[in-house]
Amino acid sequence: MPNMIEVSRYKRFLRNLSKHYQIIHANPFGRIGFWVIAIFLFVGVFAPWLAPHEPWEMQYDSAGNFASLQMPSWEFPAGTTHLGYDLLSQLILATRTTLIIGTVSGFISILIGANIGLISGYYGGKLDEVLMRFTDILYGMPFLPFVIVLIALFGRKLEFVILAIVLIIWRTSARVIRAQTIAIKQRQFIVAARARGCSDFRIIYLHILPNLLPLLLLYASFNIAWSIITEASASFLGFGDGETISWGGMLYELWISGKTRIAWWWFAAPSLCIVLLVTSLVFVSRAYEEEANPRLRKR
Amino acid sequence: MSNNPILEVEKLNVGYQTKDGEIHAVEDVSFKVFSNEVFGIAGESGCGKSTLIKAIMRLLPENAKMDAHSIKYKDQKIDRMSENIFRKEVLWTQISLVPQSAMNSLNPVYKVGEQIVEAIQAHTSQGKKEARERVEELFDVVGLQSEFMDSFPHEFSGGMRQRAMIAMALALDPGLIIMDEPTTGLDVLVQEKILRRIREIRKQIRSSIILITHDIAVIAEMSDRIAVMYGGRIMEQAKSIDLFESPYHPYTLGLKNAFPSIKDLDQELISIPGSPPSLIGLQTGCPFEDRCPFSSDRCKKDVPEVVVKKKFHQVSCFRHMDAPELREQAKKLSTWHY
Amino acid sequence: MALLELKNVSRHFEVKSGLIDRLVYGKPIRMIKAVENVNLIVNEKEVLGIAGESGCGKSTTCMMISGLVKPSSGEILYQGKRIDQFDSDEKRFYHSQVQMIFQDPYETLNPRFRVIDTVAEGPRALKLWPEDEIVSRVDDILNAVGLPFLKYAERYPHELSGGERQRVGIASALVMEPQMLIADEPLSMLDVSIRAGILVLLKKLALERNFSCIYVSHDLSILGHIADRLMIMYLGQAVEVGLTRDVIQKPKHPYTRALISAVPAPDPRSRRAVPNIIGDISRPIDPPPGCRFTPRCPYSDKTCSQTFLKLDMSQREKHLTACHRQDALDF
Repeated sequence: MPNMIEVSRYKRFLRNLSKHYQIIHANPFGRIGFWVIAIFLFVGVFAPWLAPHEPWEMQYDSAGNFASLQMPSWEFPAGTTHLGYDLLSQLILATRTTLIIGTVSGFISILIGANIGLISGYYGGKLDEVLMRFTDILYGMPFLPFVIVLIALFGRKLEFVILAIVLIIWRTSARVIRAQTIAIKQRQFIVAARARGCSDFRIIYLHILPNLLPLLLLYASFNIAWSIITEASASFLGFGDGETISWGGMLYELWISGKTRIAWWWFAAPSLCIVLLVTSLVFVSRAYEEEANPRLRKR
Repeated sequence: MSNNPILEVEKLNVGYQTKDGEIHAVEDVSFKVFSNEVFGIAGESGCGKSTLIKAIMRLLPENAKMDAHSIKYKDQKIDRMSENIFRKEVLWTQISLVPQSAMNSLNPVYKVGEQIVEAIQAHTSQGKKEARERVEELFDVVGLQSEFMDSFPHEFSGGMRQRAMIAMALALDPGLIIMDEPTTGLDVLVQEKILRRIREIRKQIRSSIILITHDIAVIAEMSDRIAVMYGGRIMEQAKSIDLFESPYHPYTLGLKNAFPSIKDLDQELISIPGSPPSLIGLQTGCPFEDRCPFSSDRCKKDVPEVVVKKKFHQVSCFRHMDAPELREQAKKLSTWHY
Repeated sequence: MALLELKNVSRHFEVKSGLIDRLVYGKPIRMIKAVENVNLIVNEKEVLGIAGESGCGKSTTCMMISGLVKPSSGEILYQGKRIDQFDSDEKRFYHSQVQMIFQDPYETLNPRFRVIDTVAEGPRALKLWPEDEIVSRVDDILNAVGLPFLKYAERYPHELSGGERQRVGIASALVMEPQMLIADEPLSMLDVSIRAGILVLLKKLALERNFSCIYVSHDLSILGHIADRLMIMYLGQAVEVGLTRDVIQKPKHPYTRALISAVPAPDPRSRRAVPNIIGDISRPIDPPPGCRFTPRCPYSDKTCSQTFLKLDMSQREKHLTACHRQDALDF
């Protein structure tokens, strides 16, 4: 009885993880993206302990003055708002919110998109038509207004923000995954799997899905990036989550304070964070894209 | 088949630079093709036959480099020619090519006749009318009805497209036509028609043909002389009949065993164990050594020189003297699989 | 009783035409009649070869037998029972009993599966045995096809040659110990020196493991070597069947005759006749009734284009042909 073969799924999963690390690092962009994201993740996880002050507390500087609209300094590295709030603390805590909303929305949307794409592509026929018409209708919805309407209707709660974002973002991945599924399902090894007696469910999730992995990861990181931007946009317009602060929310506060022209630091910090994080995610997507294409053609 | 060679290749080497190393696709290949003969080059995938003709036709990709002692066409050194002159005076006018998967070589958005007319006009000073007449003639020669001149490639069947490519190759009356796997992928009846048509064309025009294929049966039926390639080298070359009646090289012996024939239903099929070599990196010794049941240590280190057994029959094998005994042993299953 | 029987099996496909074409112009739906009223019998422990050119329906017939495609009409009987009437347990059983190997060794394996996963997939999907028994059977079958388990089990397809991949395909079909193996041109994409090895392997395994085989190919030289009986198909119709030796050496149908005389032999001394056949093959779209070979047959008469004589498979040894003029033509 052969027992030297690695049949254990768990160990293979770990090996696969290291393979992903290698994929991302093979690409110079991927490397930069990876580390930037790692830093943001760290900040997000340890946010409450990293923030030097309370975000909604009026601060006084070392001279005892009310620290309003102060430019970045050693005391307040990101500057302060017109109400004396420390922007750095706000930034750090907002990182956490943004990351939560971004990753949760991104993953849920890829989950929905992938499944719809897989099922639609595999079964074809009426089911495919119905699902694709549905996707098309959603394609017709204008991005931001839809999010805004949903939130305006149901209130500024975290769950609704996530829901609104998810409902819009799953569309693109669904189409692409459907196309790939159709291409893969005609290939001989899928026909062979059916000949071996595999059920449809098994074929979709065990045989086709692994071949889609690079594509899925590409879209996962893309979706997360897009979610973050959407959330920032919605928050900026005042439709973000009411309870917590996000980067977009910070820009909203700036806007309603009327101090946009004066407090460039207030504008710079959250914007930079958005740009940095989103760009890093796109870089990581790029690394997966390079994997996705030659891999599927590999002999 | 007359005695003056129309093509003479001496010591041709072709290598590709890849990220995995250098692939020695063609090593030290020399052969002659005489006028009015069909010269077959037999070999499996990776043996170098396609690379060989690409080298002669200067169709090699950028990462390839070739060097040869000489390549002469009608006594002219064509390997030393400038690119311009080669393209104007040799390519298509003197030597033409029916490429592999010729069926996919036609441009789908142009009519078939137009494509051939264009090729003719690019190489000669013929006017459109003259060129069209010539295409009609060619269609007749290859057995296509002239009304198909104005059809698109997708309206042609596989066999018809192949014939169109042969017509294109014949257009400028070349002295040498190279056909790379002309019937691979075609149904047997279509293949038969095309092969028969090629034989008929030979009677009409006096071009020589180099026929490249892995199909031993096709090459046996069509060729006057055959060269057997393996691992980038020519193992044996002879007149077809000599090659089949008195082969010298163990690879040739192995191929004979491994090819089922419809005429001999009781034949015992014996496969050659192992698989074709990877040509990456420096090659020492005979490329067939690891699969050869008769190999010795010497075969690992040295490449056998070419030995001439009789006129037109040459072989590269250290054990050529033992041929009668080897032929007997090769017939037994135990020789190959022990 | 025959192991497998096809009675009057047909498979038609609709040619997709635009909605406008159909509704506005009233163009009728065109049908590709890929397989037409085919009768076929395979007995235990025999190799039936199915020969024919592209478009003859042999691949579609394979797909119907393996259950991947449903016939448009007719019955397929396995061990006497209709396969379309199987309940889910019997269907599972059928899948484990009738297996298939495919043509393209480079596409037949899932690039994400290791060899062991590919071979074990059938038994795992059908839940045939507990996992450790599955692994030991995979070990056994991989060794039997010439791929030592310890060396090959963990490899991925891109690490294997064409011949090795095809062997993995064979192993994954045979691991379930099927009674019938359908081979759809498994050799045509392999190098010539590798083909003999796989062919010899198949023959040996069929003998040792007692399964029947339906071997589909356009290459009569290979079929002559491996098939016990041979059936010839043309444009979806079965035109001749009999012992291989009889069909090849004494063909009765004009198409078979033409086909056999077209096959070159690997011997420059051999001579063959020019195939007696007119014109080129057409596609089986909306074909006329009767024998589909009629437009190309040099011997056809009026009856040929009106009725088609189906092969009566109830006689095992007999050499049958669908040509109603077989007695008149002195072949």
